[in-house]
Parts: sequence; structure tokens; C-alpha cells
Amino acid sequence: MKKQSLKWSVLTLALTLPFAAQAHKMWLVPSATNVSGADPWVTVDAAVSNDLFYPDHMPVALDRVIVTTPDGQTAKPENGITGQYRSVFDVHLIEKGTYRIAAINGGLFATYELNGEKKRWRGDAANLAREIPAGAKNVDVAESINRVETFVSNGKPGGLALKPEGKGLELVPVTQFTDLMADEPATFQLLLDGKPAVGLKVTAIAGETRYRNTQEEIDSTTDKDGNFSLKWPHAGMYWVNASTQDDKTSIKQAKQRRLSYSATLEVLPQ
Amino acid sequence: MRRLLFSMPALLLAAPAVAADLHVTVQIPQLDVAEYHRPYTAVWIERGDHSVAAQLAIWYAQKESKEGAGTKWLPELRQWWRRGGRELQLPVDGVSGATRPAGEQKLNFHDGKAPLGDLPAGKYELVVEAAREVGGREVVRLPFVWPASAPQVLAAQGSSELGAVKLDLAP
Repeated sequence: MKKQSLKWSVLTLALTLPFAAQAHKMWLVPSATNVSGADPWVTVDAAVSNDLFYPDHMPVALDRVIVTTPDGQTAKPENGITGQYRSVFDVHLIEKGTYRIAAINGGLFATYELNGEKKRWRGDAANLAREIPAGAKNVDVAESINRVETFVSNGKPGGLALKPEGKGLELVPVTQFTDLMADEPATFQLLLDGKPAVGLKVTAIAGETRYRNTQEEIDSTTDKDGNFSLKWPHAGMYWVNASTQDDKTSIKQAKQRRLSYSATLEVLPQ
Repeated sequence: MRRLLFSMPALLLAAPAVAADLHVTVQIPQLDVAEYHRPYTAVWIERGDHSVAAQLAIWYAQKESKEGAGTKWLPELRQWWRRGGRELQLPVDGVSGATRPAGEQKLNFHDGKAPLGDLPAGKYELVVEAAREVGGREVVRLPFVWPASAPQVLAAQGSSELGAVKLDLAP
């Protein structure tokens, strides 16, 4: 139990860090993005790490993982295991269409001073008043919504799982997420609370960073409709990320809202 | 000369009236590898915008299995899969069949008959894609104009998973 809470505090740190250093990246990597056959399954790795996509830091908690089926229902990850550095689970793709596999983290982060000591707290709104001591000074509360996703299609892509929920940063396909090819530009739409996210920087990094000396980031910026395009230099699994912050918090104690979105997308060779 | 130039469009227009034929030869190379499996192969015709004008052949493992007789691996034919393979309800009569051994595989298609159907006059590409279990993958493309005004043989050469691909067009 102690270990678990330690892990959560590390995760808190990992999730606050992207605004400072872009250190740890949280990701879900499926074994395939296009499946077929009578009884298709994929297995998914879920971790937080420095290198893409090598688990070297900490696993993603399985209770954060939500699978959305093509008819819009939610399903639980199957056969889950959490190891030291990664979680592994399976998804049974019974229906035709695109499945969304997501890990959603959110909540409140607070920093405060108590008797001259700097403290951190992470939790939800219900516990905020109770858990921050009355004598705390310089209380700074921030709210966060972090969405980490990947997509798998059984047969033709499409279905209700691709519909945005209207909360936080979300990605909508113009080019289907499971239809990406090297040397073919792909266009997606980024939404913020269901509306076009305008003028946000989007970064894509190919996996296997361990085997090259630079990150080789590909950058794009969303236009007035929230659309942006990426051209993949080569095939591979790519990590696509965007983040922003605003003051549209859901509780009055929080002054700031931090939002982040990441997707793992597979690009196949021509 | 002038007469000849004028008569050429007439010839083009006249061509569809005759039953035009299309013959495809796909050479599956003999490979000296530790573990050999016959390739999954797809043959189709694409329009200029990459949409599928006709699905001609799809060869995959037919043996009944829990995974649906080899259909699990069809997305390995990546271009074919995204260009319409995933929309087919397999097996398709006269299109799907068993994997073929190394050698020259001949396929004959007739205008107006399945699976070629009525192909409107225009520019097309014959596409042959092969993917092999624990092997490689290759796509060979062969542009052609339909219908041919005169008998024509077009050829393209694969370099690994496919050998020579030939297209015989009979007006």
C-alpha cells in the first residue's frame, strides 16, 4: 500500500512535469492497430517512461484504462497485469469498427506551505477542504485533465468511439487514426471542451528514440478550426502530444486548469 | 497519315463493343529461406484517386481455424486492406482462393464479367501486393489505359516477394 501511494506521488510529479521539462511520457501501445479474422484480440502495453516506447519508469494504473467499443459502450481491459515498469492488458475486438483505448487522469494538485515546509497534495475536489490543513499558507490549487489514447480498428475504421466527449483536449480524426502511411500527410482536429482548439502546438515523436541521438520532433499548429496536419517521415509508432492551460476550472479553489492529450498512432510503410 | 489519325479515336470507341480481355501473370519467386510460407497475395485495379475499380484476386490460407481460416492476417496486405480489402465479406466468389506456390500464376478476366465487370475507359493501375509470414512484403504497380486499342503486353518486375508481373490487354 505504501508502495502504491509512492507510485501515485511519482505519477503526480510525472503529470505536472510536462509543463516544465517534457520529461516523462505516458503511453499506451497496442500490438496491432488493424485487425481482422474471426476472433481478433490485441495486447496493450501501458507505461510512463522517458524513452518511447521502452518502459523504464512506472506503469499506468489499470483502473484508469477505459476501452470504448465502436457502438459507444465502455469495456474493461482484460487479463490485466501491472508490473514494475508497465501494465499489460488485452482488448477483445468483438465488434467491427474503431476501438478507443484511453487512460484518463485528472484531479487536483495543490502546493502549500505548512510551518515553513513546502508540501504537495493530489486528490479530488471532495477531499480538498479536509486534507489541506487549516494553517496552510500559499495554497495553490490546479486542476488537470490528461488523456492518453490509442486506437485499433477491426475491419473498416469508424463508429461511436471516435466521438469526442466534450471535456478537455481531445483528438478527432479527419484522416482515420488507423489509416496512416509514411509520406502521406494526415489531418486531425484538436478540440478543447468540444470546441476547436485554436493555435495550439502539436508535437509528434516517433518511437525507438533509444536508437537515435535526437528526438526528431515534428511540430504542427492547429488552425482556426482546430485542424493540423502531420507528415510522417517514416513508418513506426508515433506519440502525438498537445498541452495547454487555462482558467476554466470546475472548482473555485483552483485558479488554473492544465490539459494534456497524447495519442499513440501507428504509421505503416507504403 | 491524316486518315490514320482520324481513324484512331474511332478505333478506341469501337473497342468496348468487342469483349475485351485482361490477362494477368503473377510470378511468385522461389525463395531460399529458412522458413518458407506461401505469400498472401492480392490483385486489384485502382483508379487515379486510388479507389478500387475491381478486386481481381485474394489468395490467403483457406484451412479452417479458430482465427477464421487465415483472415486474421489479411491486414498484412496493408495497401489492399486499406484500399477496400477490409470492406469485403470474405470469401468472395471467383476472387478469393488458396495461397499459390512459387511459379507463374495466370489469371484471365473478361470485360463485362465478374470480377472485372464493366470497366469504363480510362487510366488505371494494376496493383499486386504480396506479404509472407515471417517474410517480406512487396507492392508492384502497373499503369495501363483501358481499353487497349491494340493487343498490348505490359510488365513490371518485383524485387523480393514478387517476380515479374505481366498484363496482357486484348482489345
